[in-house]
Amino acid sequence: MSNEWPLWEIFIRGQHGMSHRHVGSLHAPDAEMAIKNARDVYTRRNEGVSIWVVEAVHIAASSPDEKGPLYEPSNSKVYRHPSFFDIPDDVGAM
Amino acid sequence: MYAQMVKTAGTGVKTPDEMSDQERAFQARIDAGEKIEPRDWMPDDYRATLIRQIGQHAHSEIVGQLPEGNWITRAPTLERKAILLAKVQDEAGHGLYLYSACETLGVSRDELIEMLHAGKMKYSSIFNYPTLNWADIGAVGWLVDGAAIMNQVQLQKTSYGPYARAMVRICKEESFHQRQGYSIMMKMAFGNAAQKAMAQDALNRLWFPSLMMFGPPDKDSVHSTQSMAWRIKINTNDELRQRFVDQTMPQMKYLGLTCPDANVKWNEDKGGYDYSDPDWDEFFAVLRGNGPCNKDRMAARVKAWEDGEWVRDGLMAHAHKNKIKNAAQVAAE
Repeated sequence: MSNEWPLWEIFIRGQHGMSHRHVGSLHAPDAEMAIKNARDVYTRRNEGVSIWVVEAVHIAASSPDEKGPLYEPSNSKVYRHPSFFDIPDDVGAM
Repeated sequence: MYAQMVKTAGTGVKTPDEMSDQERAFQARIDAGEKIEPRDWMPDDYRATLIRQIGQHAHSEIVGQLPEGNWITRAPTLERKAILLAKVQDEAGHGLYLYSACETLGVSRDELIEMLHAGKMKYSSIFNYPTLNWADIGAVGWLVDGAAIMNQVQLQKTSYGPYARAMVRICKEESFHQRQGYSIMMKMAFGNAAQKAMAQDALNRLWFPSLMMFGPPDKDSVHSTQSMAWRIKINTNDELRQRFVDQTMPQMKYLGLTCPDANVKWNEDKGGYDYSDPDWDEFFAVLRGNGPCNKDRMAARVKAWEDGEWVRDGLMAHAHKNKIKNAAQVAAE
Protein backbone atom coordinates (compact mmCIF):
# COMPACT_ATOMS: atom_id res chain seq x y z
CA MET A 1 0.00 0.00 0.00
CA SER A 2 1.62 3.19 -1.16
CA ASN A 3 -1.11 5.38 0.26
CA GLU A 4 -0.57 4.43 3.90
CA TRP A 5 -0.97 7.30 6.36
CA PRO A 6 2.40 8.34 7.74
CA LEU A 7 3.47 7.47 11.27
CA TRP A 8 3.53 10.18 13.96
CA GLU A 9 5.23 10.05 17.33
CA ILE A 10 3.07 11.39 20.13
CA PHE A 11 4.24 13.38 23.15
CA ILE A 12 1.89 14.27 25.99
CA ARG A 13 2.29 16.62 28.92
CA GLY A 14 0.52 15.34 32.02
CA GLN A 15 -1.34 17.35 34.61
CA HIS A 16 1.41 18.31 37.01
CA GLY A 17 3.78 20.56 35.12
CA MET A 18 5.94 17.73 33.80
CA SER A 19 7.60 17.98 30.40
CA HIS A 20 6.06 16.32 27.35
CA ARG A 21 6.74 12.62 27.35
CA HIS A 22 6.73 10.13 24.48
CA VAL A 23 3.67 7.89 24.82
CA GLY A 24 3.62 6.01 21.52
CA SER A 25 2.82 6.51 17.89
CA LEU A 26 -0.10 6.45 15.50
CA HIS A 27 -0.99 6.92 11.85
CA ALA A 28 -2.64 10.05 10.52
CA PRO A 29 -2.80 11.88 7.19
CA ASP A 30 -1.64 15.22 8.63
CA ALA A 31 -0.69 16.98 11.86
CA GLU A 32 -4.21 18.15 12.62
CA MET A 33 -5.60 14.63 12.37
CA ALA A 34 -2.62 13.26 14.31
CA ILE A 35 -3.53 15.54 17.24
CA LYS A 36 -7.19 14.52 17.03
CA ASN A 37 -6.28 10.84 16.88
CA ALA A 38 -3.79 11.25 19.73
CA ARG A 39 -6.58 12.75 21.82
CA ASP A 40 -8.65 9.60 21.26
CA VAL A 41 -5.86 7.06 21.48
CA TYR A 42 -3.68 8.42 24.28
CA THR A 43 -5.81 10.70 26.47
CA ARG A 44 -9.05 8.78 27.02
CA ARG A 45 -8.57 9.06 30.79
CA ASN A 46 -7.35 12.63 31.24
CA GLU A 47 -3.71 11.65 30.80
CA GLY A 48 -2.71 14.99 29.39
CA VAL A 49 -3.13 18.73 29.04
CA SER A 50 -0.99 19.21 25.93
CA ILE A 51 -0.16 17.10 22.87
CA TRP A 52 2.82 17.33 20.56
CA VAL A 53 2.94 15.32 17.34
CA VAL A 54 6.04 14.82 15.18
CA GLU A 55 6.13 12.85 11.98
CA ALA A 56 8.29 9.82 12.77
CA VAL A 57 10.55 10.31 9.72
CA HIS A 58 11.71 13.65 11.16
CA ILE A 59 13.11 12.10 14.33
CA ALA A 60 16.86 11.59 14.38
CA ALA A 61 18.05 9.11 16.96
CA SER A 62 21.34 8.01 18.44
CA SER A 63 22.46 4.57 17.40
CA PRO A 64 22.51 1.81 20.02
CA ASP A 65 25.88 0.67 18.63
CA GLU A 66 27.45 3.97 19.67
CA LYS A 67 26.22 3.65 23.24
CA GLY A 68 29.73 3.09 24.58
CA PRO A 69 31.63 6.02 23.04
CA LEU A 70 28.60 8.34 23.18
CA TYR A 71 28.19 8.18 26.94
CA GLU A 72 31.77 7.52 27.92
CA PRO A 73 32.61 11.21 28.56
CA SER A 74 30.05 11.35 31.36
CA ASN A 75 30.93 7.95 32.82
CA SER A 76 34.40 9.17 33.74
CA LYS A 77 33.21 12.34 35.45
CA VAL A 78 31.78 11.08 38.70
CA TYR A 79 32.50 14.44 40.36
CA ARG A 80 29.46 15.79 38.53
CA HIS A 81 27.32 14.08 41.16
CA PRO A 82 26.95 15.88 44.47
CA SER A 83 27.53 12.63 46.36
CA PHE A 84 31.17 12.75 45.14
CA PHE A 85 31.96 15.34 47.79
CA ASP A 86 32.12 14.54 51.47
CA ILE A 87 30.71 17.42 53.48
CA PRO A 88 30.99 17.05 57.27
CA ASP A 89 27.71 16.72 59.17
CA ASP A 90 28.67 19.76 61.25
CA VAL A 91 28.23 21.97 58.20
CA GLY A 92 24.48 21.35 58.26
CA ALA A 93 22.17 20.97 55.29
CA MET A 94 23.73 21.60 51.90
CA MET B 1 -4.85 -15.26 25.71
CA TYR B 2 -5.07 -13.07 22.65
CA ALA B 3 -2.09 -14.74 21.02
CA GLN B 4 -2.58 -18.50 20.79
CA MET B 5 -0.39 -21.04 19.11
CA VAL B 6 2.05 -18.46 17.86
CA LYS B 7 4.52 -20.40 15.78
CA THR B 8 8.00 -19.63 17.08
CA ALA B 9 10.44 -19.05 14.25
CA GLY B 10 13.76 -20.90 14.17
CA THR B 11 14.93 -24.33 15.03
CA GLY B 12 14.41 -24.30 18.77
CA VAL B 13 16.54 -23.22 21.69
CA LYS B 14 20.24 -23.11 20.86
CA THR B 15 22.90 -24.00 23.40
CA PRO B 16 25.45 -21.25 24.09
CA ASP B 17 27.94 -23.21 21.94
CA GLU B 18 25.61 -23.16 18.96
CA MET B 19 25.05 -19.40 19.23
CA SER B 20 27.02 -16.74 17.40
CA ASP B 21 28.71 -14.08 19.54
CA GLN B 22 25.88 -11.68 18.78
CA GLU B 23 23.25 -14.23 19.73
CA ARG B 24 25.06 -15.02 22.97
CA ALA B 25 25.27 -11.34 23.88
CA PHE B 26 21.59 -10.92 23.02
CA GLN B 27 20.52 -13.87 25.17
CA ALA B 28 22.68 -12.57 28.02
CA ARG B 29 20.85 -9.23 27.91
CA ILE B 30 17.50 -11.02 28.08
CA ASP B 31 18.65 -13.24 30.92
CA ALA B 32 19.77 -10.12 32.78
CA GLY B 33 16.24 -8.72 32.44
CA GLU B 34 17.22 -5.95 30.03
CA LYS B 35 14.67 -4.68 27.53
CA ILE B 36 15.38 -5.08 23.84
CA GLU B 37 14.63 -1.88 21.92
CA PRO B 38 13.70 -1.45 18.23
CA ARG B 39 17.12 -0.40 16.97
CA ASP B 40 19.05 -3.00 18.96
CA TRP B 41 20.42 -6.03 17.17
CA MET B 42 18.10 -9.04 17.49
CA PRO B 43 18.00 -12.50 15.88
CA ASP B 44 15.76 -12.67 12.81
CA ASP B 45 13.70 -15.42 14.43
CA TYR B 46 13.06 -13.29 17.52
CA ARG B 47 11.84 -10.50 15.26
CA ALA B 48 9.68 -12.83 13.15
CA THR B 49 8.12 -14.48 16.18
CA LEU B 50 7.34 -11.13 17.80
CA ILE B 51 5.71 -9.84 14.62
CA ARG B 52 3.46 -12.90 14.63
CA GLN B 53 2.67 -12.66 18.31
CA ILE B 54 2.11 -8.89 18.60
CA GLY B 55 0.30 -8.85 15.25
CA GLN B 56 -2.05 -11.61 16.37
CA HIS B 57 -2.58 -9.80 19.63
CA ALA B 58 -3.42 -6.54 17.79
CA HIS B 59 -5.78 -8.30 15.40
CA SER B 60 -7.55 -9.88 18.38
CA GLU B 61 -8.20 -6.49 19.93
CA ILE B 62 -9.67 -5.19 16.69
CA VAL B 63 -11.73 -8.27 15.77
CA GLY B 64 -12.75 -8.45 19.45
CA GLN B 65 -14.74 -5.24 18.97
CA LEU B 66 -17.20 -7.05 16.71
CA PRO B 67 -18.98 -9.39 19.17
CA GLU B 68 -19.46 -6.50 21.61
CA GLY B 69 -20.20 -3.86 19.01
CA ASN B 70 -23.12 -6.08 18.15
CA TRP B 71 -24.85 -4.97 21.38
CA ILE B 72 -24.03 -1.25 21.54
CA THR B 73 -27.28 -0.28 19.85
CA ARG B 74 -29.26 -2.76 21.93
CA ALA B 75 -27.88 -2.09 25.41
CA PRO B 76 -30.67 -2.09 28.01
CA THR B 77 -30.02 1.46 29.31
CA LEU B 78 -28.34 4.59 28.07
CA GLU B 79 -25.72 4.24 30.81
CA ARG B 80 -24.89 0.65 29.83
CA LYS B 81 -24.67 1.78 26.22
CA ALA B 82 -22.24 4.59 27.03
CA ILE B 83 -20.11 2.20 29.11
CA LEU B 84 -20.03 -0.47 26.42
CA LEU B 85 -19.16 2.14 23.82
CA ALA B 86 -16.22 3.31 25.96
CA LYS B 87 -15.10 -0.28 26.43
CA VAL B 88 -15.20 -1.05 22.72
CA GLN B 89 -13.35 2.21 22.02
CA ASP B 90 -10.65 1.04 24.45
CA GLU B 91 -10.29 -2.16 22.42
CA ALA B 92 -9.65 -0.07 19.32
CA GLY B 93 -7.02 1.83 21.29
CA HIS B 94 -5.42 -1.39 22.45
CA GLY B 95 -5.25 -2.61 18.87
CA LEU B 96 -3.55 0.64 17.89
CA TYR B 97 -0.95 0.49 20.70
CA LEU B 98 -0.11 -3.04 19.61
CA TYR B 99 0.07 -2.28 15.90
CA SER B 100 2.47 0.56 16.75
CA ALA B 101 4.61 -1.79 18.86
CA CYS B 102 4.65 -4.28 16.00
CA GLU B 103 5.59 -1.61 13.47
CA THR B 104 8.81 -0.91 15.37
CA LEU B 105 9.92 -4.35 14.15
CA GLY B 106 9.88 -3.22 10.54
CA VAL B 107 6.42 -4.19 9.31
CA SER B 108 3.73 -1.65 8.47
CA ARG B 109 0.23 -1.63 9.89
CA ASP B 110 -1.32 -1.90 6.46
CA GLU B 111 0.82 -4.97 5.75
CA LEU B 112 -0.36 -6.57 8.99
CA ILE B 113 -3.99 -5.83 8.20
CA GLU B 114 -3.62 -7.23 4.72
CA MET B 115 -2.02 -10.39 6.09
CA LEU B 116 -4.98 -10.84 8.43
CA HIS B 117 -7.44 -10.36 5.59
CA ALA B 118 -5.53 -12.81 3.41
CA GLY B 119 -5.80 -15.43 6.17
CA LYS B 120 -2.03 -15.39 6.77
CA MET B 121 -2.38 -14.16 10.34
CA LYS B 122 -4.74 -15.23 13.09
CA TYR B 123 -6.70 -13.66 15.92
CA SER B 124 -7.92 -15.26 19.15
CA SER B 125 -10.34 -18.18 18.77
CA ILE B 126 -12.70 -16.64 21.34
CA PHE B 127 -14.00 -13.98 18.97
CA ASN B 128 -15.40 -16.62 16.66
CA TYR B 129 -18.18 -17.31 19.16
CA PRO B 130 -21.39 -15.30 18.92
CA THR B 131 -22.84 -12.88 21.50
CA LEU B 132 -26.47 -13.96 21.41
CA ASN B 133 -27.96 -11.75 24.11
CA TRP B 134 -27.13 -9.07 26.67
CA ALA B 135 -25.96 -11.59 29.27
CA ASP B 136 -23.21 -12.59 26.85
CA ILE B 137 -21.82 -9.06 27.06
CA GLY B 138 -21.54 -9.52 30.81
CA ALA B 139 -19.91 -12.93 30.44
CA VAL B 140 -17.48 -11.65 27.80
CA GLY B 141 -16.29 -8.81 30.03
CA TRP B 142 -16.04 -11.05 33.06
CA LEU B 143 -14.49 -14.16 31.50
CA VAL B 144 -12.86 -13.11 28.24
CA ASP B 145 -11.36 -9.90 29.56
CA GLY B 146 -10.50 -11.75 32.75
CA ALA B 147 -8.55 -14.33 30.76
CA ALA B 148 -6.94 -11.57 28.70
CA ILE B 149 -5.77 -9.79 31.85
CA MET B 150 -4.26 -13.02 33.14
CA ASN B 151 -2.17 -13.20 29.99
CA GLN B 152 -1.35 -9.53 29.68
CA VAL B 153 -0.22 -8.93 33.24
CA GLN B 154 2.71 -11.30 32.78
CA LEU B 155 3.50 -9.81 29.36
CA GLN B 156 4.26 -6.45 31.00
CA LYS B 157 7.58 -8.11 31.82
CA THR B 158 8.24 -9.29 28.29
CA SER B 159 11.71 -8.65 26.84
CA TYR B 160 10.69 -6.42 23.93
CA GLY B 161 10.41 -2.83 25.21
CA PRO B 162 7.63 -1.49 22.96
CA TYR B 163 5.50 -4.60 23.59
CA ALA B 164 6.01 -4.42 27.35
CA ARG B 165 5.10 -0.73 27.39
CA ALA B 166 1.94 -1.35 25.34
CA MET B 167 0.99 -4.04 27.85
CA VAL B 168 1.41 -1.66 30.78
CA ARG B 169 -1.01 0.81 29.18
CA ILE B 170 -3.45 -1.95 28.28
CA CYS B 171 -3.44 -3.53 31.73
CA LYS B 172 -4.25 -0.18 33.32
CA GLU B 173 -7.39 0.04 31.21
CA GLU B 174 -8.37 -3.59 31.17
CA SER B 175 -9.67 -3.97 34.70
CA PHE B 176 -12.47 -1.51 33.88
CA HIS B 177 -13.49 -3.99 31.18
CA GLN B 178 -13.68 -6.94 33.49
CA ARG B 179 -15.52 -5.02 36.19
CA GLN B 180 -18.14 -3.70 33.76
CA GLY B 181 -18.74 -7.28 32.65
CA TYR B 182 -19.01 -8.56 36.20
CA SER B 183 -21.37 -5.71 37.05
CA ILE B 184 -23.69 -6.87 34.24
CA MET B 185 -23.44 -10.43 35.53
CA MET B 186 -24.34 -9.33 39.07
CA LYS B 187 -27.34 -7.38 37.82
CA MET B 188 -28.63 -10.41 35.94
CA ALA B 189 -27.68 -13.14 38.39
CA PHE B 190 -29.42 -11.24 41.22
CA GLY B 191 -32.39 -10.32 39.02
CA ASN B 192 -35.52 -12.37 38.36
CA ALA B 193 -35.46 -16.07 37.49
CA ALA B 194 -35.42 -15.43 33.75
CA GLN B 195 -32.48 -13.02 34.05
CA LYS B 196 -30.57 -15.46 36.22
CA ALA B 197 -31.20 -18.20 33.67
CA MET B 198 -29.78 -15.96 30.95
CA ALA B 199 -26.64 -15.33 33.03
CA GLN B 200 -26.22 -19.07 33.60
CA ASP B 201 -26.75 -19.78 29.91
CA ALA B 202 -24.09 -17.23 28.92
CA LEU B 203 -21.65 -18.77 31.39
CA ASN B 204 -22.43 -22.24 30.06
CA ARG B 205 -21.62 -21.25 26.51
CA LEU B 206 -18.54 -19.12 27.21
CA TRP B 207 -16.77 -21.10 29.93
CA PHE B 208 -14.91 -23.59 27.78
CA PRO B 209 -14.13 -21.16 24.95
CA SER B 210 -12.60 -18.89 27.63
CA LEU B 211 -10.36 -21.72 28.82
CA MET B 212 -9.28 -22.26 25.20
CA MET B 213 -7.95 -18.70 25.10
CA PHE B 214 -4.80 -19.85 26.89
CA GLY B 215 -3.93 -22.21 24.04
CA PRO B 216 -3.34 -25.96 23.96
CA PRO B 217 -2.07 -27.90 27.00
CA ASP B 218 1.65 -27.59 27.74
CA LYS B 219 2.35 -31.12 26.61
CA ASP B 220 1.13 -30.18 23.10
CA SER B 221 2.58 -26.70 23.11
CA VAL B 222 5.51 -27.15 20.81
CA HIS B 223 6.64 -23.57 20.50
CA SER B 224 6.88 -22.55 24.13
CA THR B 225 10.49 -23.29 25.05
CA GLN B 226 12.18 -20.89 22.66
CA SER B 227 9.60 -18.16 23.29
CA MET B 228 10.12 -18.53 27.01
CA ALA B 229 13.91 -18.38 26.62
CA TRP B 230 13.42 -15.12 24.74
CA ARG B 231 10.98 -13.93 27.42
CA ILE B 232 8.25 -13.18 24.96
CA LYS B 233 6.20 -15.71 26.85
CA ILE B 234 6.60 -15.75 30.61
CA ASN B 235 4.18 -18.40 31.90
CA THR B 236 3.01 -21.62 30.29
CA ASN B 237 -0.53 -22.06 28.94
CA ASP B 238 -1.50 -24.44 31.73
CA GLU B 239 -0.12 -22.19 34.47
CA LEU B 240 -2.20 -19.28 33.25
CA ARG B 241 -5.29 -21.43 32.73
CA GLN B 242 -5.02 -22.76 36.28
CA ARG B 243 -4.63 -19.25 37.63
CA PHE B 244 -7.71 -18.16 35.69
CA VAL B 245 -9.87 -21.00 37.02
CA ASP B 246 -8.68 -20.36 40.58
CA GLN B 247 -9.51 -16.70 40.33
CA THR B 248 -12.85 -17.16 38.59
CA MET B 249 -14.48 -19.86 40.73
CA PRO B 250 -15.04 -17.68 43.83
CA GLN B 251 -16.46 -14.94 41.57
CA MET B 252 -18.84 -17.51 40.09
CA LYS B 253 -19.87 -18.67 43.54
CA TYR B 254 -20.67 -15.11 44.55
CA LEU B 255 -22.99 -14.85 41.56
CA GLY B 256 -24.72 -18.07 42.62
CA LEU B 257 -24.08 -19.60 39.21
CA THR B 258 -22.98 -23.16 38.49
CA CYS B 259 -19.87 -24.06 36.55
CA PRO B 260 -20.80 -25.94 33.37
CA ASP B 261 -17.87 -28.25 34.11
CA ALA B 262 -19.20 -30.85 36.58
CA ASN B 263 -15.63 -31.88 37.41
CA VAL B 264 -14.56 -28.54 38.85
CA LYS B 265 -13.47 -29.26 42.39
CA TRP B 266 -11.14 -27.64 44.92
CA ASN B 267 -7.98 -29.69 45.33
CA GLU B 268 -6.48 -29.01 48.73
CA ASP B 269 -3.19 -30.71 47.87
CA LYS B 270 -2.34 -28.51 44.93
CA GLY B 271 -4.05 -25.46 46.39
CA GLY B 272 -6.09 -24.97 43.25
CA TYR B 273 -9.13 -26.25 41.40
CA ASP B 274 -9.20 -29.39 39.31
CA TYR B 275 -11.10 -28.82 36.07
CA SER B 276 -11.81 -30.51 32.73
CA ASP B 277 -10.01 -29.58 29.58
CA PRO B 278 -12.07 -27.91 26.89
CA ASP B 279 -12.72 -29.87 23.70
CA TRP B 280 -9.40 -29.38 21.92
CA ASP B 281 -10.79 -30.70 18.63
CA GLU B 282 -13.26 -27.83 18.68
CA PHE B 283 -10.41 -25.41 19.44
CA PHE B 284 -8.36 -26.56 16.46
CA ALA B 285 -11.42 -26.48 14.22
CA VAL B 286 -12.13 -22.87 15.24
CA LEU B 287 -8.51 -21.91 14.59
CA ARG B 288 -8.72 -23.51 11.15
CA GLY B 289 -11.63 -21.22 10.34
CA ASN B 290 -14.56 -23.45 11.18
CA GLY B 291 -15.92 -21.75 14.29
CA PRO B 292 -19.47 -20.41 14.47
CA CYS B 293 -18.53 -16.88 13.37
CA ASN B 294 -15.16 -17.00 11.57
CA LYS B 295 -16.60 -16.09 8.19
CA ASP B 296 -18.76 -13.27 9.57
CA ARG B 297 -15.88 -11.75 11.50
CA MET B 298 -13.49 -11.71 8.57
CA ALA B 299 -16.19 -10.47 6.21
CA ALA B 300 -16.95 -7.59 8.60
CA ARG B 301 -13.25 -6.67 8.87
CA VAL B 302 -12.65 -6.80 5.13
CA LYS B 303 -15.79 -4.78 4.43
CA ALA B 304 -14.77 -2.10 6.95
CA TRP B 305 -11.30 -1.92 5.39
CA GLU B 306 -12.58 -1.72 1.81
CA ASP B 307 -15.44 0.66 2.56
CA GLY B 308 -13.03 2.93 4.40
CA GLU B 309 -10.52 3.12 1.58
CA TRP B 310 -11.98 6.25 -0.06
CA VAL B 311 -11.87 8.03 3.31
CA ARG B 312 -8.23 7.09 3.91
CA ASP B 313 -7.30 8.10 0.38
CA GLY B 314 -9.36 11.28 0.53
CA LEU B 315 -7.66 12.45 3.73
CA MET B 316 -4.24 11.75 2.23
CA ALA B 317 -5.15 13.73 -0.90
CA HIS B 318 -6.36 16.60 1.29
CA ALA B 319 -3.14 16.54 3.34
CA HIS B 320 -1.08 16.50 0.15
CA LYS B 321 -2.99 19.43 -1.34
CA ASN B 322 -2.53 21.48 1.84
CA LYS B 323 1.16 20.74 1.89
CA ILE B 324 1.56 22.10 -1.64
CA LYS B 325 -0.62 25.13 -0.87
CA ASN B 326 1.36 25.95 2.28
CA ALA B 327 4.67 25.57 0.47
CA ALA B 328 3.44 27.95 -2.27
CA GLN B 329 2.34 30.47 0.37
CA VAL B 330 5.72 30.35 2.09
CA ALA B 331 7.46 30.82 -1.29
CA ALA B 332 5.30 33.84 -2.11
CA GLU B 333 6.04 35.61 1.17
